[in-house]
Amino acid sequence: MSEKTRIVVGEGSCGLAAGAAAVYSALEEKLQPDDPAVLSITGCIGICYLEPLVDVYAPDGTLYRCVRVTAEQTDTILAAVRSGDFSLLQPLVIQPEDAAFLSQQTRIALRHCGLINPESIDDYLAGDGYQALEKVLKTMTPEGVIEEIRISGLAGRGGAGFPTWFKWNAARESEGTEKYLICNADEGDPGAFMDRAVIESDPHNLIEGMLIAAYAIGAQEAVVYVRAEYPLAIVRLTAAIEQARERGYLGKNILGSDFSCNIRIKAGAGAFVCGEETALIESLEGNRGMPRLKPPFPAAAGYWLKPSNINNVETFANVSWIINNGGEAFAAMGTENSKGTKVFAVTGKVKRGGLVEIPMGKTLRDVIFGIAGGVRDGKRFKAVQLGGPSGGCIPESLLDTVIDYKSLGATGAIMGSGGMVVMDESTCMVGIAKFFLDFTTKESCGKCVPCRIGTKRLGEILTRIVNGEGQEGDVELLEELCNGVKSASLCGLGQSAPNPVLTTIRYFRDEYDAHIREHKCPAKECVALLTYSIDKDKCTGCSLCSRRCPVSAIHGEVKKPFEIDPTSCIRCGTCLNACRFGAVCVE
Amino acid sequence: MQGCNHQTVDLTLLEDTLAQYADVRGSLITILQKTQEIYGYIPIDAVYHIAERTGNTPAKILGVATFYSQFRFQAIGKYLIMLCKGTACYVNGADRIADAVMEELGIGNNETTEDGLFTLSLVSCLGCCSLAPVMMINDKTYGSLTPDKVRKILRDLRKEAQA
Repeated sequence: MSEKTRIVVGEGSCGLAAGAAAVYSALEEKLQPDDPAVLSITGCIGICYLEPLVDVYAPDGTLYRCVRVTAEQTDTILAAVRSGDFSLLQPLVIQPEDAAFLSQQTRIALRHCGLINPESIDDYLAGDGYQALEKVLKTMTPEGVIEEIRISGLAGRGGAGFPTWFKWNAARESEGTEKYLICNADEGDPGAFMDRAVIESDPHNLIEGMLIAAYAIGAQEAVVYVRAEYPLAIVRLTAAIEQARERGYLGKNILGSDFSCNIRIKAGAGAFVCGEETALIESLEGNRGMPRLKPPFPAAAGYWLKPSNINNVETFANVSWIINNGGEAFAAMGTENSKGTKVFAVTGKVKRGGLVEIPMGKTLRDVIFGIAGGVRDGKRFKAVQLGGPSGGCIPESLLDTVIDYKSLGATGAIMGSGGMVVMDESTCMVGIAKFFLDFTTKESCGKCVPCRIGTKRLGEILTRIVNGEGQEGDVELLEELCNGVKSASLCGLGQSAPNPVLTTIRYFRDEYDAHIREHKCPAKECVALLTYSIDKDKCTGCSLCSRRCPVSAIHGEVKKPFEIDPTSCIRCGTCLNACRFGAVCVE
Repeated sequence: MQGCNHQTVDLTLLEDTLAQYADVRGSLITILQKTQEIYGYIPIDAVYHIAERTGNTPAKILGVATFYSQFRFQAIGKYLIMLCKGTACYVNGADRIADAVMEELGIGNNETTEDGLFTLSLVSCLGCCSLAPVMMINDKTYGSLTPDKVRKILRDLRKEAQA
């Protein structure tokens, strides 16, 4: 117990975007040398919707978690620190239902996130930092490590869910002495930021997991391929690698053993397809990121055609915990076919959005309604999109689906890397399918025809449906084309690109039919299908809508009901936003 | 590509980067990233220069550079607007935000205003999903945007630049 209060500002990317840097500088500026407080930072605490967060640890150890803190409110924090009266913080402190967002989670991959200073190796060492590496190097054989991972049941957290031990073993057994370990931190799924949080908040945990894997497969060189859009993650990881090297956890003869390994960072340049492992390898070699034919698999011929093993960030983030606690402890969590925990980035129309880590086996409802508080603004839940552009939309009737690889796969969606975007009744399901197809069309590398042309044609059909020009038979055509693209594409991007279309057809067929047959968008989102009109009973004739209308489509006399001319209306919605009496109707 | 809009650049600025990476295999993307850091974009003269020094063809270098969305081939404005079109932003109305920016500035994606102040770039995800819809202008993030809020931000920046 220290006599000083610890003030810790959450400085992950989300926190900084919400203004954490201004809060930190305000505190830094106002704190006097004789104030009984120390100021530091931590990474992502994970309660994104309440950022900026400031954790105040009183000298007796009590945590006062202050939320949505502004630079001005730092005065309150300082007053509490100086007077020792922490009840002053009450107006800022997190509400119990918000605190439950974290207390309902089981954190393994994220276990240090928001607790330690990611820029300090001493903070990491003060816990169980690098103990797993030491245990591995001093007491375990590479085969023993692989066996422990096999017992744990850890599977690839990047989306595919392939058993991690199997890949490690294959790379270990491949012939040759020059082998590579690669970390895939090219988190490209829009709506997913789990890996970024791990790197920004707990970079040493990633380094430790990678070193253990490198030891297991026999690699002396490791590379982290990070998205260029994650500058803070790159800065913190670079610093952590340097610190680890200074302390002898990286480099030659690590901790006095025969094992030597270096880690370097390679910044990606913005291509979704580079999340595919062979495309990532091409990119690492300085080429266009186009996937290779498999086999040979990277375990046999990967980076520079040498045996290579690629795992994603979250997979590595579990490794040191498994070594410290045993594979069986990890396998004790989860379901028959999926062990351990999974991190999700819960976003969209939820009340409480952020990072959620739960044991496999919980249901979607547990996460979306239990932890994230359900849909905000009093609207109705419509669907949850899992797995980004490779995943699918799951309807309300399947909310009790258990979160494991098999059950989610059976719905037509995938576990994916962990993006979970919640949609309410105002999101059009044909529109969301088109949104993802636009994305995959743009990101298709162009190497194979089914993906390059197939996604384009799928997008064209979806475009005509949302524009009200859909034809009878379009849905069947979409399905046929989807199956072609799925079965004939070269890599995971093309094979999974049809998933958003197929799942929305499967669960929301009525919305497709409404667009095609009735020229209506039930979610009232597809602009081309909307009709604006004025409710004569509600209109007071104030003329505001008429004055705001950019195309002068609204006519009438003051103090009498106005009318919208449907032929000149461009459906921009300006009148709807302008009307103070709720008289503008949209259908 | 030489001809219209061709700007001459000082190629000696690339010397340190080329000395460090020209002979290291697999470094082409790194060299291009450094080039963009130096000039703000990839000038065509630099492509020929890098080709000569690394022993690649200009076609190979342009092939790689055009594959990745990070690389630009035109100078950017004083303010680079990166507008997020990720899923969470889309669900929260990013399309309306994009329309407002385009209308306010009179430019499309990857275009720069005539006064050289603003460049618009639509990006796939900035990863601040809980603040959706989001945009970044230079290093600053603006969240929970509405069309009106966006117009005000842009007008304020224009005033600031003209002051």
